[in-house]
Amino acid sequence: MRITTTVNGESRQVDDVWPGESLLYVLRERMGLPGSKNACEQGECGSCTVYLDNVPVCACLVAAGQAQDRDITTVEGLADGEDLHPVQQCFVEAGAVQCGFCTPGLIVAAHDLLAREPQPSDPEIREALAGNLCRCTGYEKILDAVRLAADRMATT
Amino acid sequence: MDFLQPRSWAEALEAKAAHPGAVPIAGGTDVMVELNFDKHRPEALLDLNRVDDLAQWWTEDGRVRLGAGVSYSRVIDELGDTLPGLAMASRTVGSPQIRNRGTVGGNLGAASPAGDAHPALLAAEASVEVASTRGTRSIPIAEFYTGVKRNALEPDELVAAIWVTPPSGPQQFSKIGTRNAMVISVAAFGLALHPDRRTVGTGIGSAAPTPRRAPDAESFLAGELDWDGRRELADSVAREFGERVRAAASPIDDVRGTAAYRLHSLSVMARRALAWAWHDYQRAA
Repeated sequence: MRITTTVNGESRQVDDVWPGESLLYVLRERMGLPGSKNACEQGECGSCTVYLDNVPVCACLVAAGQAQDRDITTVEGLADGEDLHPVQQCFVEAGAVQCGFCTPGLIVAAHDLLAREPQPSDPEIREALAGNLCRCTGYEKILDAVRLAADRMATT
Repeated sequence: MDFLQPRSWAEALEAKAAHPGAVPIAGGTDVMVELNFDKHRPEALLDLNRVDDLAQWWTEDGRVRLGAGVSYSRVIDELGDTLPGLAMASRTVGSPQIRNRGTVGGNLGAASPAGDAHPALLAAEASVEVASTRGTRSIPIAEFYTGVKRNALEPDELVAAIWVTPPSGPQQFSKIGTRNAMVISVAAFGLALHPDRRTVGTGIGSAAPTPRRAPDAESFLAGELDWDGRRELADSVAREFGERVRAAASPIDDVRGTAAYRLHSLSVMARRALAWAWHDYQRAA
């Protein structure tokens, strides 16, 4: 089947999509957007988190056909050209990236949190990131990065 | 494999009638896992995301009609005051990403004994509106679950909505798992007090082949509670209630927990849920 979607502001069309494949597969393998990571394929790890019509979801659990005519934003769509989004910049500065595999999903989840709640409490940060696993267990630095991003976004 | 994408409820029912083997997909949080792991290759997927009617809820004659496609996130945001028991249960579902996609209707379609919505729906004595091109019927929630991951739907039927009369008294939900987030319940318990008719509703999750009520515990407690005076709850009553909830379960040992652990945790959760609910009831006086 043919799928037409808007991805990171651009209209994209792909053909010969198998109806049972996931949006994640479409993004990575058919559109060449490997930012969203493929790990658990069962909604446990959050590494494939993308926005679907401005709502964060696990791309591995969206059937390709369900993305038809929808608006998708992946981690690749958050930076402004060469300028990283403050959430991305703060992950770098806080040392919140170890192996980096979980980072794209965490960036999207943190980006959504700060859009909804610009000054989140620690429990709110933990709750918002509860669906994103870091197997390097670098959570403390990740929390630092989100707090830093909240502060920076409040002053700019 | 076909991908059927009806644009209206009528089209959805026609598609299901024409393709009884089609698997309905809403949030995809169960269905896509099966596909990703190639456990199951249905003849067709029936995408319900484009059926706007399913994503609506409203109140009619004092009853909430919750469309099958309303997400857990929306239940939490929009129904926390009206259906607090279901909202509490919804907060324990998966992660934010899962709650954004998963639906109560999907929980009913999957009919897993571990589905988080079931105990709250049982305690509130909800009913399920199901439909086909042949017509619509209402199934009391306790009759909806027929076996492990089996429900009372005919092959041509779809879940349209869940009807719930908001319980007139406090509601509670308790769930135990290996951690606080992203967890399938090892056991769960839902409780609703119905002081208008002086009855008690219960729901047990993950501790029997289907979600089920604990009728003996319900009638025992309804007869013991001081509905008018709202006096302190005797510890002996709370413990006996817990024991009777435990007696209603018939769990198995599996990877998530042993039957013995499930039985013990149920008796504790029932006792605690009752204490919380009774405290709320006393404060509301």
